[in-house]
Amino acid sequence: MRLVVDLNRCQGYAQCAFLAHDVFTMHGDEALLYNPQADAGQREQLRRAAAACPVQAILVEGLDETAGAHPAHGEEASRGR
Amino acid sequence: MDGDRQLEWLRREGRIVIVGASLAGLRAAETLREEGFAGSLTLIGDEPYEPYDRPPLSKQVLLGKAAADRTALPRRRDPDAQWRLGVAATGLDMAARRVQLADGDEVAYDRLLIATGVRPRPWPNQSEAELDGVFVLRTRDEAARLHSRLAQGPRRVLVIGAGFTGSEIASACRERGIAVTVAERAAAPLVGALGGVIGDVAAQMQREQGVDLRCGVMVTSLEGDSAGRVRSAHLSDGAAVEADIVVVSLGATRNTEWLARSGLGAGPRGIACDAGCRAFDIRGIVTDDVFVAGDVARSPHPLFGYQFLSLEHWGNAVSQAEIAAHNMVSAGADRRPHMWVPAFWSSQFGVNIKSVGVPSMGEEILISQGALAERRFTGVYGYQGRVIGAVTFDNARWLPFYQRQIESTAPFPPPFPTLDMRSDGQRPLPADFPDPSVPTHGPTVTLGGYSPADRRMVFTPGR
Ligand SMILES: Cc1cc2nc3c(=O)[nH]c(=O)nc-3n(C[C@H](O)[C@H](O)[C@H](O)COP(=O)(O)OP(=O)(O)OC[C@H]3O[C@@H](n4cnc5c(N)ncnc54)[C@H](O)[C@@H]3O)c2cc1C
Ligand code: SF4
Repeated sequence: MRLVVDLNRCQGYAQCAFLAHDVFTMHGDEALLYNPQADAGQREQLRRAAAACPVQAILVEGLDETAGAHPAHGEEASRGR
Repeated sequence: MDGDRQLEWLRREGRIVIVGASLAGLRAAETLREEGFAGSLTLIGDEPYEPYDRPPLSKQVLLGKAAADRTALPRRRDPDAQWRLGVAATGLDMAARRVQLADGDEVAYDRLLIATGVRPRPWPNQSEAELDGVFVLRTRDEAARLHSRLAQGPRRVLVIGAGFTGSEIASACRERGIAVTVAERAAAPLVGALGGVIGDVAAQMQREQGVDLRCGVMVTSLEGDSAGRVRSAHLSDGAAVEADIVVVSLGATRNTEWLARSGLGAGPRGIACDAGCRAFDIRGIVTDDVFVAGDVARSPHPLFGYQFLSLEHWGNAVSQAEIAAHNMVSAGADRRPHMWVPAFWSSQFGVNIKSVGVPSMGEEILISQGALAERRFTGVYGYQGRVIGAVTFDNARWLPFYQRQIESTAPFPPPFPTLDMRSDGQRPLPADFPDPSVPTHGPTVTLGGYSPADRRMVFTPGR
């Protein structure tokens, strides 16, 4: 599963690192590092992390097995401006 | 055909071609489909890979926390496109509306989006640049090669240029316990983008983390051994540095050469376009079927005096691609301007650096929160009495506030007291940007119009 975090939007609340610590880790106090390609086994964790991100900065492809390419979340950057 | 009918036809069965299959190209393709474009869509990219994300290349990948070949970008939806990957566009015939490809093929379009980005400025001496162990970092392949070399435990890495990418590479080396020297022509790291006050903080940070930082010097030559492997570098101050990896990180050049004879207003500083992402031709007349987005574009921004801004920022590529795609299939009145407030992030030496606005336009800086010495602060940049940009070191949650200040052209210095204001922040300091006539590796924002040196037209006055 591919993912990307819009780090302009990310506020470093570490919510994702708490919920999916195999994918997201904090680097120092505020910087977020993540693995851009997670294993299928991490789907449930990822789903929760993406949903819990308070600024919806996490875009994941293939979260929803049935729909394949439809991301769960993530407006990414400035939609609707 | 009248305009409405033509647009309807375009949306139903027109041909749209996107050159540059990376972040901007992919997000534009997805947006076109979201907007209901049902015609044929072709994405042309010279890299053999589907679009991938570059920011992790100098961070996660070099730290060994993600593999370079696993950074493909997630899709928002299926762009339902024909992919022509691994083949470069080599020319554009605007009159015939065709893109020429390196394999001799031609692709016809009704609307074209150019999103060819930038590439690293190479080491100027070609035979030195070809030495084994000399790297630049822009692509997935380059990141993979550099990572595997770092994994072999080099004795020392030399990074030439302390902009964001160079500093991130140095940071990754230190985190992996590798000795690293950074050589920077300017007085401090990051000065091109953030000025000397912040540059000093970045310099201290690097030195504390064990980087052998040399500022105010240039690397004059690289030397190899008999097997063609790089061994050392000579500096303008007479010193020599022994290194078995050299990363050249001297900023970027726009990928516009393929447009040289097209008649498009494209040069080494990018492709000029209007606020709606429509490209200008060489005569300064806006085209109606050629659009640009991402790092390769230069567009006027009302918040910054309508100067033509060229940004090498991830968020800008996404936002401009969305606007370009929307405008490509919309009628005049429905078109939207690209008015993204510049924003980017970097992380190095365990510190989260973020910025909004255009700090490099700033004349003065005020540390409005935190303290420089703690590496946790907010710096606000002022230009002609208004707030023009802001930077944070481990203080990102304040940035949205300063973004609104920039958008509303709030006065500088800010008339209100701020939370956590220390002695640093009592009054504005000169932001201390280097003399712009002395180029460094360059900030990731370029201001100003065309360089007269780009001269490609002959002006023939009437008699
Ligand atoms: C190592 C690194 C770290 C970065 N870190 C950050 C960061 O922390 N924060 C941030 O905001 N930004 C960062 N960036 C910048 C960000 O990645 C770019 O702004 C973004 O990639 C721009 O996207 P783009 O699609 O406009 O251009 P690019 O990603 O450059 O894509 C252009 C594509 O077009 C292709 N191309 C070029 N010429 C042709 C041709 N003639 N025919 C066909 N294809 C062609 C290129 O090969 C490339 O694949 C970083 C960049 C790098 C390299
Ligand atoms: S939950 Fe969202 S805001 Fe918080 S660290 Fe993760 S991505 Fe950033």
